[in-house]
Amino acid sequence: MEAKKTILYDRHLKYNAKMVEFGGFLMPIEYNYLSENGLSFEHMAVRCDCGLFDVSHMGEIYVSGKYTMKYLNYMITSNIEKAPCNRLTYGLFCMEDGCVVDDLMVYKYTDDYVLLVVNASNVDKDFEWLISHKGNFDVKIENKSASIGQIALQGPNAIKVLQNLTKFDLSSFSQMEFKEIEILNKKMLVSRSGYTGEDGFEIYGKNEDIIDLFDCLVEKYKVRLCGLGCRDTLRFEASMPLYGHEISDSIKPVEACLNYAIAYDKDFIGKDALLYTKEHLTRKLVGIELIDRGIARAGYELVDINTNEPIGFITTGYLIPNHTEALALGFVDIKYAKMNTIIGIKIRHNIVKAKIRDRKFMIKKYVK
Amino acid sequence: MSKILEGLLYSETHEWVKVEGNIATVGVSDYAQESLGSVVYVEGFQDADVAQGEECGAIESVKAASDIMAPVSGKVIEVNNEVLDNPELINNDPYANWILKIEMSDEAELNNLLDATKYQSICK
Repeated sequence: MEAKKTILYDRHLKYNAKMVEFGGFLMPIEYNYLSENGLSFEHMAVRCDCGLFDVSHMGEIYVSGKYTMKYLNYMITSNIEKAPCNRLTYGLFCMEDGCVVDDLMVYKYTDDYVLLVVNASNVDKDFEWLISHKGNFDVKIENKSASIGQIALQGPNAIKVLQNLTKFDLSSFSQMEFKEIEILNKKMLVSRSGYTGEDGFEIYGKNEDIIDLFDCLVEKYKVRLCGLGCRDTLRFEASMPLYGHEISDSIKPVEACLNYAIAYDKDFIGKDALLYTKEHLTRKLVGIELIDRGIARAGYELVDINTNEPIGFITTGYLIPNHTEALALGFVDIKYAKMNTIIGIKIRHNIVKAKIRDRKFMIKKYVK
Repeated sequence: MSKILEGLLYSETHEWVKVEGNIATVGVSDYAQESLGSVVYVEGFQDADVAQGEECGAIESVKAASDIMAPVSGKVIEVNNEVLDNPELINNDPYANWILKIEMSDEAELNNLLDATKYQSICK
C-alpha cells in the first residue's frame, strides 16, 4: 500500500525535511531549513523553548450515544466512567490475554460523546476492534481521522506563543484539560498535553485551519519545526511508552509498569489476564544505563553478565542530547529488575556492561 | 552536494580509503556523514581480522546505527581514539578524520574499489 501524506506534507518538503514512512504515512524525521539543524537541536528546542510537530497522522475515532460510558469502560483499561469531563485520560485496549491492541488518549466531552486519539499505525485495527466488540451496546463509532488535522506545540514557551493567537486565557488550562476554543478565529480542540514530557498543547482542527495555524506559527512566530526523530527521543527521555516498543500485542501493560492506567475495580476485556500477571510477574520494564561504551538499540538482547544467558531485550535506547551516558528501556526477567543490577547487552560482537536504573531520565515540569 | 576528494578510493558502502604501502586508512565519506546526521558514537574493531565488505566498526547518529564495512581485508591495527572521543569530528570533516587503519592482506582487492569519478556517480 502506498504511504499516505498528511495535510502538511508540502510544508515538510518546503522546509527540507528528511521524510520517512511511519504508521503508513510519509512523515518528517528531522528538518534542514535553519542555520543549525537536526534532531539534537529540535530536541533541545522543545526542552528549552518551543517546537512544532505535525501529528496529523494520529487517528481520531468518535464514540457517541447513551451507552458510551458502559461500552468504553468495557473496552478500555482505565475508568472512563469515573473520569471527569473536559480532561484527558490515558488508557489501553487489551485483548483477552492482556496484551495490547493499542494505547490511546480519551477526550471525554460528556458521558455520551467521546474522542479517542489512537496511534496512526493502528487506526484501522482499532476501529475494527471497536466495531467487532460493540455487541449490544447502542453506540455510534466513527473514524474521522482523514478530516482532522493535528499539531502539537511543545515546550516551556509554547503557552506564550499560542496565547498570541487566542483571546482565551490559556493559563486557566490545567495539565490534561481540554476545551474547544477559538484560535486564529477558528474553532479548534485544544488540550494541555503532549508526548514530550514538557508543558505544551495538542491542537485539533479542520484540515485547512490547521494548515493556516501551522504557517502562522512557523512564519510569523518562527517556531522551530520538529520531526518524528526528536518526538521519539523526547518521549523516551520522558519515559513514555510507544506502541510496538514498550507495549505491543505480545506485551501486557502491567509488565510495562502501566498499572496507573488499569482500573481493576470494573470489568474490561483482558482484566483477568492482567490481574493474574500482576500477581505473577515474570518480567518488567526497567531503565538501563550503559557502563561500557556503546548505544543500546531496540531489539538488542540482554544477557546475564556471568553466564551470557538471555534475560530480556531492549525496547528503546539512545544517546540523547544533554546526557553523557547511553540510556535504554527494556524488559528483563524479574530476577534482574532490582536497581543497580549489572547486566550485559549484546551489541554487535560484544557484550557491553550496563546497570539497571529507574526510568526517570528527566524531571517533568508540568503545570498543576 | 556532498564533497568527494580526488586521490582516495571509495567503497559502494561509502567508506573512503587512503593507501600508504600495505596500510589502508579508512574513514566515511561526506555523503555518509550527511545521510547519518549528527554522529554521536564511533567504534572500530581493534585487532580484528576483517574481510572486504564485512563489518569492521560502527558509526551511529542519535537515531540510527550503521556498520562500517571493511573496504579491504586484513587486520585492524589502529583505531582513531580522537574520533572515538569526539564523534562530531566526522561531521566537521569526514576526510580529515580517519576512523581505523587496516593492514591489508590482499592488495589486489583495491581494484574492487571506486575512484572519485566513479564514486561520484553513485552518490545521487
